Amino acid sequence: MKVAIFIPCYINQFYPQVAIATLELLEKLGLTVSYPEKQTCCGQPMANAGFEHLTGSCNNLFIENFSGYDYIISPSGSCVLHIKDHLHSSIKEQDAISMRAKVYELTEFLTDILQVKNITSKFYHKVGLHQSCHGQRGLKLSQMSELVAPAFSKPEHLLRMVEGLELVPLDRKDECCGFGGTFCVGEEAVSVKMGKDRVADHLQYGAEFITANDMSCLMHLEGILKRQKSPTKVIHIAEILNAGV
Amino acid sequence: MATDTTIMNHTTTSDHATLADKFNLDEPRVDWHDKTLWFIRKKRDKAAAQVPDWEQLRESASQIKNNVLSNLHSYLLEFEKNAQKNGITVHWAVTAKEHNQIVHSIIQEKGIAQVVKSKSMLTEECHLNEYLLAQGIEVIDTDLGERIVQLAGEPPSHIVLPCIHWKKEEIGELFSRHLGTPEGNSDPQFLTTAARIHLRQHFLSSRLAITGVNFAVAETGEIVVCTNEGNADLGVQLADVHIACMGIEKIIPQRKHLGIFLRLLARSATGQPITTYSSHFQRPRKGQEMHIVLVDNGRSERLASNDFRNALKCIRCGACMNTCPVYRRSGGHSYRYAIAGPIGAILAPGLDMEKHADLPFASTLCGSCSHVCPVKIDIHDQLYKWRQVLVKNGHVSGTKKVGMKGLAFILSHPGLYSRAGAVGRWLMKHVPGLINNKFNPWYKQREMPDVPKQSFTKWYQQNRISK
Repeated sequence: MKVAIFIPCYINQFYPQVAIATLELLEKLGLTVSYPEKQTCCGQPMANAGFEHLTGSCNNLFIENFSGYDYIISPSGSCVLHIKDHLHSSIKEQDAISMRAKVYELTEFLTDILQVKNITSKFYHKVGLHQSCHGQRGLKLSQMSELVAPAFSKPEHLLRMVEGLELVPLDRKDECCGFGGTFCVGEEAVSVKMGKDRVADHLQYGAEFITANDMSCLMHLEGILKRQKSPTKVIHIAEILNAGV
Repeated sequence: MATDTTIMNHTTTSDHATLADKFNLDEPRVDWHDKTLWFIRKKRDKAAAQVPDWEQLRESASQIKNNVLSNLHSYLLEFEKNAQKNGITVHWAVTAKEHNQIVHSIIQEKGIAQVVKSKSMLTEECHLNEYLLAQGIEVIDTDLGERIVQLAGEPPSHIVLPCIHWKKEEIGELFSRHLGTPEGNSDPQFLTTAARIHLRQHFLSSRLAITGVNFAVAETGEIVVCTNEGNADLGVQLADVHIACMGIEKIIPQRKHLGIFLRLLARSATGQPITTYSSHFQRPRKGQEMHIVLVDNGRSERLASNDFRNALKCIRCGACMNTCPVYRRSGGHSYRYAIAGPIGAILAPGLDMEKHADLPFASTLCGSCSHVCPVKIDIHDQLYKWRQVLVKNGHVSGTKKVGMKGLAFILSHPGLYSRAGAVGRWLMKHVPGLINNKFNPWYKQREMPDVPKQSFTKWYQQNRISK
């Protein structure tokens, strides 16, 4: 199994500990993991702002970096969804199409491909799980509350294996945090209000940590928590699954 | 020059972000608005869960609507033929203006100065009330919520709950000013009774009633109007003339299909199993005149577009608004269009791209709307597609264009990207004031992330490659 990790640009630059946890966790599970060093970004920042036509060279770079791997794993539902939906190439469209099927979000890969039955990590804290929308509704990592359908949650399934971890309930278990890429600055007032409301839901149930599959949501929630001088922290799910061993 | 004008337009007109910003000045009110609408979303969830095979019902509705859109031409002609057979006069309007002129000419012919109208989003879209008022004809909206916003001189803020942004105390004050109810009385039952007495005079005196149309059945030539207040029936039954106004997408092939749509509509809209009244109008009663105005107003153009055709499946239930975390926290008026929320944001740019260029960006693309939609419109995917169309057509600020070009350049050059990251981290660490200032919208109400000493790539080189 040839495996590479795709580390989103802002995680690489601002949250290296999330990338390290992802790498260590996969290695612990017995995989040999490559990190193509010339990788940059999935192109979503441009595309979601309406500039998908500018993502051509970014896409080609992605294809160049990740050719030849069986699985491309990323600690971000949002970036994975973008690749799955929008990876194109004017020169190698066939490669782009086949690559889309090889990209996996981390918890999806652990649950569906590795079929992990137990996790050796320990995390003695009360944790709130934020369902990041692109992973949840886009990649179907968890059932969404809009549908009348059986419940399931891949991230929750994994978190339940962590020793000592207590998941707190939420009033709104899958409401958007309001990050939304350029939305977070373009629609600052609504974005912050959405974030404050999400944070309050976790805090009312005593969450010491808010976790998610996407660091972008957590970066936004962290900004709000810190401004409120709250002791509650954010932590990426990879860090929890890799913790305490 | 063109760039400058674009920037000016974006800063001088009140776009969604600016209006949402204003709406958020009163945070407790935002909380109240959000909770009120979320309550309806939860009611919808409960109602949907009680129907066996809800998801199959949605799929059926979606497929029926797909069929309608693929064969709209023949269904419309079938509907016209059957409606005419029933004694109904059928009119066709290409534009909103033509629709308004047709309605006006019918009213004028009868020499009528005041008409009653039950809820119709199409007439809101066409600005019929303003048009008729300019011709000296007064329209009395008879849906309670619509009457409230009409008295207040406002457009509806929600397609199903037009005055959802009004509190009962404020309605008490409004009624006291306009209907003479005692000051300070905001008891809902009392106010509703006052509205009933007020509206009854208009029902009794009005010789012409306008209604919208929820469904038009091709097979029978009948229309179905859903209300909770019975105001459509009361208006029509007491009037000599009935004008029903509908967009051409309201067609369903057969009467039996109502069994699917009526079950979905009320549950999706308010969580009720069915609207109190589902009124069928098939022919004018003896001595009455009945007209149906079929309106295109851009719909044919939408029908021709693979990316945006799907939006014509909409049955106007408003579920996408109730579920939308942005709508709940920005209010319907921030969309500046008759149909607010996610569905409005994909319909409005089709009518006037420049005027509504901001709406597809008033979303986090969370996708809740597409999954709550009873006819499975891919709303959030269309929002994404509209963004591409808007940018390609130049409806974007010059600064954003330059910024995105720069970003795309950096992200396609790994060496440059890694240096830019290092410079960025250094600046954030050593000159925080450069970023943590009032010109940074992120920093206004949020802290910036802590700056790590190195990127993951650097760490990887030190800990994996060199080892």
